[in-house]
Amino acid sequence: MLLLLEQCLNGLQFGLLLFLLAAGLTLVFGIMDLVNLAHGSLYMMGAYFAASFSALTGSFVAGAVLALGATLLLGIALEVVALRKLYGRDHLDQVLGTFGLILFFNELVRLVWGPAGLSVALPDWLNRPVELLPGVFYPAYRLAIITVALVVAAALYLTVMRTRLGMLIRAGASNREMVGALGIDIRLLYTLVFGLGAALAGLAGLMEAPILTVQIGMGENILILAFVVIVIGGIGSIRGAFLSAIFVGLVDTVGRAFLPDLLRLVLSPAAASTAAPALSSMLIYLLMATVLVVRPEGLFPVGGR
Amino acid sequence: MRTILIGLGALALVAGPAGAQTAVKIGFVDTFSGPTAVIGNDMRDAFELALDHLGHKMGGLPVEVVYEDDQQKPEVGKQKTEKVLQSDRVNFITGYIWSNVLLASLKPAVDAQTFIISANAGPSQIAGQLCSPWFFSTSWQNDQTPQAMGEYLNQKAIKTLFLIGPNYAAGKDMLAGVKASFKGQVIGEEYTKWPDQLDFSAELSKARAARPEAVFIFYPGAAGVQFITQYAQAGLKGQIPLYTAFVIDALSLPLMKELALGVPGAQEWVNDLPNDANKKFVADFRAKYHRYPSFYGAQAYDAANLINSAVVAVKGDLANKDAMRDEMRKANYASVRGPYRYGNNHFPIESFYLQEAVKDPDGNLTLKTVATILKDNQDLFHDKCPMKW
Repeated sequence: MLLLLEQCLNGLQFGLLLFLLAAGLTLVFGIMDLVNLAHGSLYMMGAYFAASFSALTGSFVAGAVLALGATLLLGIALEVVALRKLYGRDHLDQVLGTFGLILFFNELVRLVWGPAGLSVALPDWLNRPVELLPGVFYPAYRLAIITVALVVAAALYLTVMRTRLGMLIRAGASNREMVGALGIDIRLLYTLVFGLGAALAGLAGLMEAPILTVQIGMGENILILAFVVIVIGGIGSIRGAFLSAIFVGLVDTVGRAFLPDLLRLVLSPAAASTAAPALSSMLIYLLMATVLVVRPEGLFPVGGR
Repeated sequence: MRTILIGLGALALVAGPAGAQTAVKIGFVDTFSGPTAVIGNDMRDAFELALDHLGHKMGGLPVEVVYEDDQQKPEVGKQKTEKVLQSDRVNFITGYIWSNVLLASLKPAVDAQTFIISANAGPSQIAGQLCSPWFFSTSWQNDQTPQAMGEYLNQKAIKTLFLIGPNYAAGKDMLAGVKASFKGQVIGEEYTKWPDQLDFSAELSKARAARPEAVFIFYPGAAGVQFITQYAQAGLKGQIPLYTAFVIDALSLPLMKELALGVPGAQEWVNDLPNDANKKFVADFRAKYHRYPSFYGAQAYDAANLINSAVVAVKGDLANKDAMRDEMRKANYASVRGPYRYGNNHFPIESFYLQEAVKDPDGNLTLKTVATILKDNQDLFHDKCPMKW
């Protein structure tokens, strides 16, 4: 029972991280109608910035804050220089263009930071387990990720639903010509949205940096999951991304944890230990396929489209 | 007089052995892109160093190496193997970090009757029923290194053990290797998705809940760094001792730093082994590349020297493949791990050492030999190999 609780926390933490990545993706895809495969590269850049800045300042927190600012600026620059040209094109052009950006960023990182990868050290107060309940230990850093991600999710929801900027973002999603006709600078709005998405991806990357090694191509596998999340959640919906990210995180982690034991009840131990990892890595794709069959527009589609 | 001499020289050049080649061509299929490129680069650097030491000549012939990137994917590795066989017409193929890549690439090389020398991967299948007169290993069979670790766990009187490893050919061999020699009880066994699962939170939670006396892991490359980091973050480092195979090496150590201290590993080669060939290899490697070589590099260095011994024995007559095979079976070269013999399946019969991370006089982390765990160990699958010689 305690193990289940711990595994649910693991799943929640993974899901929230996916949400940070998926939120930017769904905003850019849903509002600007841009398929951005290079979103994973921004995640990677966030991690590399955090590694460099925290080594430079000697503090993980200061490094993280600087890295967040740096990915925001990088995202804005990327939008202005490269992606702006892609808005009018069809999705295939966007896929090709942003795939090129992935290769560009991977080579850039290889030139600047070298091929070996970096590690990020945590301060002592984060680098230890916390006793949640008697006998239930949980890494402090993973709790910190959960807290930060929940705060960011709440702030994002309030921004999109309660502020003027959020209103413009939602209006831009429904009818961009009309927003432009009303005298709003839609280009500036897009740049801001893209920068925000980039900063969220960077945040996910820099928070993963101390858990994983910072390495070239780290954003590519997780980007696939982020796409799964926005497809399940409904493209363009922050609420959908949030709920489906947590759902995907839980299914993936809890499935991985308990499927081998379940399979052992019906299969031989050798067959179960081979089949379980394969099956559990398929679970979320099965989930996505089911959602696509039952509700092709996603579980929480944006209204009025 | 001088003209006559020059004329004779020219005649001698023209009248070389009929059909003799003008160069030894070697295909080197390894991972040069992606997160594990750092391993492939280390192997290439060591291979190049070996060629430097040989003066870029083997048996009087110049050496040409074709490097190909397998991207850590079996299907790509097979394609690249076929490419060097068919369009570069190489005499030898070497490299191969990954067991699944080697398993996919074996058949094309064997069908083309070209020697394929694994400088790392050692899947149990190739040691057993798939063994071939065209295959040699300068590393080990996968099960051997963890078997040494299992033996060490017995020495430490560990009673209960939890195993975690990646779900691919080598991962299964490695965990089977520990189980083959470990006398206590294995109370849990987890396989993770490979190579893209990097977060081990679910497995760590299960390991903690199972309360084993020790945890054994096999994670080559960056995944090992991630595992060790997460193990410490979960607070398990102080609670349950960790035992490893292919986790802590010269490439991962700079990333793990202090976390690697006190975590034992087993290996057939350590940079401080006291033989002359090894001293020269390590000193020259450090002088040329300004870092310590890894065991991956040591095996690639040995692969170059094994190939050289064969080419020298036939005096550059590369068509005489049977004689080259006979020579390689003798392992008649100065291996940096010290002398070893070949078993009937062309896998080394060799010793395995316990290694630990320490700081060198300059403050760099490096590995040190602590003890010999297994002496002249032969893999468990050689009985299943029908080849006899």
